[in-house]
Amino acid sequence: MKKLLMMATAMTLVSAVMAQADGVLNLYNWGNYTSPDLLAKFEKETGIKVTVTDYDSNDTALAKIEAGGAGFDLVVPSANFVPIWIEKGLIQKLDLTKLPHHDNIAPEWMNVDYDKGREYTVPWQWGTTGMAVNSSVYSGDINTSAIFMDPPPELQGKVNVTPEMGDVLALATMYEGGQPCSEDAALMKKVRDDLLKAKPMWMSMDYGMEEKMATNDVPASLYWNGAILRARLRNPDVHYGYPKEGYIVWMDQVALLKDAKNVDEAYKFLDFIMVPENAALISAFARYANGISGSEAFMPDDMKTAPEVVIPEEFKAAGHFIPTCPPKAQEYITAIWTELQK
Amino acid sequence: MAAAEEQVVRETTRRNWLLSAPALVVLVFTATLPFVIVLVYSFLTPGQYGNVVWKFSTDGWVGLVMTRDVFDDTLGWADAHLTIIWRSVKLSFATTIITFVVGFPTAWFIATRPQRSRPIWLFLITIPFWTNLLIRTFAINEMIRNEGLINTVLMRTGLIHEPIVMIYSDGAVLLGMGYAYFPLMVLPLYAAMDRFDMRLLEAGYDLYASRLSVLWRIVMPVVRPGIIAGCVLVFIPALGAYVTPRVLGGGKTMMLGNLIEMQFGQGRNWPLGASISITLAVITLVAMLIIIRRAGRETAQ
Amino acid sequence: MKRFSVTTMPGFALIAICAFAVLYLPILTIATFSFNAGKAISDWQGFSFRWYEIAWANTEVQGAAIRSLIIASWATLISVLLATPVALATTRTAKFPGRTFIYMMINQTLVVPEIVPAVALLIFFAAIKIQTGYQGLGYLILAHVMWCIPLAYLPIRARLEGMDLSLENAAADLYASRWQTLWRITLPLLMPGIIAGAMLCFITSLDTVVITEFVKSGGQDTLATYMLGQFRRGLTPEINAISTVLLALTVVLLTGFFLLTRKRD
Repeated sequence: MKKLLMMATAMTLVSAVMAQADGVLNLYNWGNYTSPDLLAKFEKETGIKVTVTDYDSNDTALAKIEAGGAGFDLVVPSANFVPIWIEKGLIQKLDLTKLPHHDNIAPEWMNVDYDKGREYTVPWQWGTTGMAVNSSVYSGDINTSAIFMDPPPELQGKVNVTPEMGDVLALATMYEGGQPCSEDAALMKKVRDDLLKAKPMWMSMDYGMEEKMATNDVPASLYWNGAILRARLRNPDVHYGYPKEGYIVWMDQVALLKDAKNVDEAYKFLDFIMVPENAALISAFARYANGISGSEAFMPDDMKTAPEVVIPEEFKAAGHFIPTCPPKAQEYITAIWTELQK
Repeated sequence: MAAAEEQVVRETTRRNWLLSAPALVVLVFTATLPFVIVLVYSFLTPGQYGNVVWKFSTDGWVGLVMTRDVFDDTLGWADAHLTIIWRSVKLSFATTIITFVVGFPTAWFIATRPQRSRPIWLFLITIPFWTNLLIRTFAINEMIRNEGLINTVLMRTGLIHEPIVMIYSDGAVLLGMGYAYFPLMVLPLYAAMDRFDMRLLEAGYDLYASRLSVLWRIVMPVVRPGIIAGCVLVFIPALGAYVTPRVLGGGKTMMLGNLIEMQFGQGRNWPLGASISITLAVITLVAMLIIIRRAGRETAQ
Repeated sequence: MKRFSVTTMPGFALIAICAFAVLYLPILTIATFSFNAGKAISDWQGFSFRWYEIAWANTEVQGAAIRSLIIASWATLISVLLATPVALATTRTAKFPGRTFIYMMINQTLVVPEIVPAVALLIFFAAIKIQTGYQGLGYLILAHVMWCIPLAYLPIRARLEGMDLSLENAAADLYASRWQTLWRITLPLLMPGIIAGAMLCFITSLDTVVITEFVKSGGQDTLATYMLGQFRRGLTPEINAISTVLLALTVVLLTGFFLLTRKRD
């Protein structure tokens, strides 16, 4: 009994020590997406300790914040979710006078459709979604969505399709000749039918391809560029392709929550990440580009010339941002996805 | 005399309720009340980006058994749901059998060690489970993938020439599930076996019974509560499992847990997720009750 | 002639030993690769303490690991304290009004997949969080207790059902009070069941990822949710290191605990 009491006291003490100190900031971000070097540098310059809490999907993050009371200050939504956050009144308009480095945002990323003039968000990282193929298994053209929609014989049963509803549906729609968020019923029906036809030829619908492609467990996959760069660094046979029918450009950005408690600290952080060297730190971690001008000079060498990061000229036009889909389009997408996953 | 008996019964009842009160209070607040919320949600309309709109709707329940084709607008039976349910039941059943077949001897082994060393054995068997499930599942993946431990050993010793593809298969999922739910079978079995009077075995053998019939007729009935507890603790959570099937199954085949989780995630249909969960809960609760009632009746005999 | 052993059953020892081996294989894999010099969670490239150094510097992971342990310890303690009286009240006693009801109530969290109480508690606790402004670990501990109670209850009950009543009857005959019987006879006999239940609780709490993911507030990642968050973007090898450290720590702690309690005998 005494031992139980001793244990209980010890546990209470430890729990008390875990209580937070002053000068803190609560960042709610994707898992494995925040550079520890960045946070260390930030703490050294400002004395503010940043606590990172992870989420694994836009939907989870939205659900948690909407429910309320979670105690976060900053969140990092993807582009097509930003209008949803704004509409629901969950993030607040930024006071640009508190962000002296705001002009560092690269001109092509300043006036995006979902946040003109960047009044709500600050760019974090951006990337593309395309096809990754191991050239020792298939040496044909990899710059096409046919890799997963209509796999060549060498790749049948060997393609992984990431279970990301938005990405997969957008690529499939563009493959069939439409635009992402299409409301054309006939087109979407064809998308559904072709996806269902292709599914038996897929190997899996899984994450973790930077591991699995490097070890050649998975020869081909629909995946994100930064992860594939990391895979290529370990296995030179892995190549990244930009589907000519249309590939996806995405971006994640930092937003200030309406009920944030540490507002001043948040502004300091937001300004901090718009300094080129700091933005480069973010990129060096996950190997994705950022939206700040001048950061290229500070990026790691393998990123400066990597075809995964620097989009080759001939493919630039085929890149599409996925907008926030209107209700009818979203209904199609969700219905097709549900059927596909079953 | 009857009045005194009644008095005793009343006192016993009151005492039992008092004993159970703290647990019940905690559960009412953390489990029952939230479940009521889930029940309410199953009758609401799905919000556009997840969550719910506070408008009454039976779509959540209709969607359980029927699906509306979004292009033709026709209503059809949701046989995909049935397939998933059946798949999950088969898998959970298989997991229960596997954990039992391996777990019973293991529990017996520990229970028949000398008294002093038993805690050590128990300790040893639970240590692996103090590592997180996700990382253990990834470790299993490491072992069975094409260039993983098993394939490398087999290829080096020349037993095979091509790696055996084990990842993303039903077998892999079964291995992972058996692994994950193993202690849930062993510990209750051990708890029941630990106090088993070994002299009963001696008596059985003295009467020239074979090992098998001693096992069947003497051991099993006595440790039956442990068997039931173990099976319940494995089968039911296995039905709702989704981490292991996800990681080891490759995500192409959906289980009940995945189906429900999808509704609260990218499927954006919380009411449907709620209705499926409630149905699952009710069915399992009823099944549990039936099993316990029957077991109780037989022990009383 | 070989001595006839009453307790051996053919093949049982073999299966048990194999089970132990299979159980430990993944753990050994994790521990071995935590010393891997290479970046992958595979591909042995030489011995190195690299990941331990990184884990040492990674306060996020450390915090998550410690938090997991704290929550698991509290949840186990509370669950066992709550479940034992209920097990005593509902087992081996004559039928009393409401016994089945209590039984169903206790086991209600078993019968649903984790996502359900996760979402339900998200909504429920969020309302409370907004009202009270309290955001401590209490919610997570409570959520884990809810999840663990049946796991503590069932093994204790199984143990109780198999127990021999004669000792307790003897005590009653010797005019021992109910309390004395409970304290000195029933509970010590019940110990294996209680320990089994406690272990199940602890293990399960460490692994509870969905509930924790939904109920947690800022800065409350557990090891489980930390790894879930990494799921999409690839696990980092320091996970191997931190898991090994955690394992070693728990083993040391519990060995110490065991040794302390054994001295009593």
